[in-house]
Amino acid sequence: MTATARPDRSTAAIDVRDLHKSFGPIEVLKGIDFHVDHGEVVCVIGPSGSGKSTLLRCVNQLEQADSGQILVEGVDVCDPETDLDAVRSRIGIVFQSFNLFPHMNVLRNLTVAQEKVKKRSKKEAIEIARANLEKVGLSGRENVYPAHLSGGQQQRVAIARALSMDPDMMLFDEPTSALDPELVGDVLEVMKTLASEGMTMMVVTHEMGFAREVGDKLVFMDGGVIVEEGDPRVVLADPQHERTQAFLSKVL
Amino acid sequence: MAMKRTTKRRVVQGVLYAVLLGGAVALALAADWPTIKANFFKSEGFVPPGSWGDLITIGVKNTLIYTAIAFAGGLALALVLALMKLSPVAAYRWLATAYIEFFRGLPALLVMLFMAFGVTIAFQWTPPGGTTGAGIVALIMVGSAYMAETLRAGIQAVPKGQTEAARSLGMSAGRTTLTVILPQAFRIVIPPLTNEFVLLIKDTSLLFVIGFAAEQRELTTIARDFLASGPTAGTSTSLVQAAILYLVITLPLTQLVSFLEKRQRRSR
Repeated sequence: MTATARPDRSTAAIDVRDLHKSFGPIEVLKGIDFHVDHGEVVCVIGPSGSGKSTLLRCVNQLEQADSGQILVEGVDVCDPETDLDAVRSRIGIVFQSFNLFPHMNVLRNLTVAQEKVKKRSKKEAIEIARANLEKVGLSGRENVYPAHLSGGQQQRVAIARALSMDPDMMLFDEPTSALDPELVGDVLEVMKTLASEGMTMMVVTHEMGFAREVGDKLVFMDGGVIVEEGDPRVVLADPQHERTQAFLSKVL
Repeated sequence: MAMKRTTKRRVVQGVLYAVLLGGAVALALAADWPTIKANFFKSEGFVPPGSWGDLITIGVKNTLIYTAIAFAGGLALALVLALMKLSPVAAYRWLATAYIEFFRGLPALLVMLFMAFGVTIAFQWTPPGGTTGAGIVALIMVGSAYMAETLRAGIQAVPKGQTEAARSLGMSAGRTTLTVILPQAFRIVIPPLTNEFVLLIKDTSLLFVIGFAAEQRELTTIARDFLASGPTAGTSTSLVQAAILYLVITLPLTQLVSFLEKRQRRSR
């Protein structure tokens, strides 16, 4: 890689070009151009049904796009020849509903993919898992099963699970939307730490405070298109487009 | 004159108990106890050296062995069928569906006769265990059809987010099924599979029609033989004994099922 401050567009972490996606007769993504640089934190906001989660899910092919191109670190994930499992192991995803494995304790949740996908030794996997549990503030919970954790704790375990794969980037799909309000803070705190360490992040969220404080870029989607994007502090304070204005006036 | 509600309830309950007690007393008085005892509870059957010996050491033992084989084989085949039924390849889905519908629609006894006499003779096939083995193969074939549907439902009951999380961590489809989906699916289907096990225990009695070598007999067959021979010959005592032995095996299992079902409901 060259020593330029911003990697050129072809080596962007995520580079989406003219993405179209329909569910049956409903077109949810109508030509999206979207890109995330290495080390950048991009927050995606918009009303429900705007296509923001679908965009995120297309990046690691949980949804297949109808047309367009998605490059992850230069690799075309829509190409049938691409080893998706390898690409996915470099992309950490955190879901709204946590999706921890309920039949495994916390430690096993963090080590299973390390051992089966990354082929790490059990010892090494456990070491990495413990370090990440400490990072999310849950040391000592190794042997607990997910059902015995609060939502906020489960989500932090989910973040630690993703981090244990040493991902190049992290995608967050409304990570705090399913949480009781008093549990949101701990999760956002962990995400802020990650951002400060230079993690590349794409965050679909309703947390405007987080976007303003941590985001390098804010993208506002509505009706399957990107309506407005730019510096979060600028967009949130002075939205240019009237749909952005209408949305922000409702949520702020 | 209006009765208080609690009084009224007590009166109603009192009447109901009185009817029950009256019925029990009438039955006890009307019944021909000596005949019942002589025909169904002949003391030679119960008091050592009675006929419990063969019923337990051969009958119960073989019943449990046949059930275990049929269950293990049926479960293995059912797993293949369930995965076929959920396969992205349409031909596999059709094959599995055809198999399941076919064997669920037939009496187990008919399949058993077909395997033990039809297939063995037509193809000069000697399965391990002889015709008994062929009969057990029939139990496997029929049982797997039911268990496949149970497993499929269990696999589909695992939330979609589990697959997404596993795939997002880079696990292959096969690895996801093995490590994440099946362990959760099995947990969900333990109660219905235990029911399936109980049904199989009872279905092994159908092997009776095939006939056994003496040491191969299962519980019902031995009980049938003791109708004509042994210390309780000429009475139905051995059938009562077999019933007791079946219940000793099945009742704890059905209790276990309701316990597991209750626990699953709580943990949801």
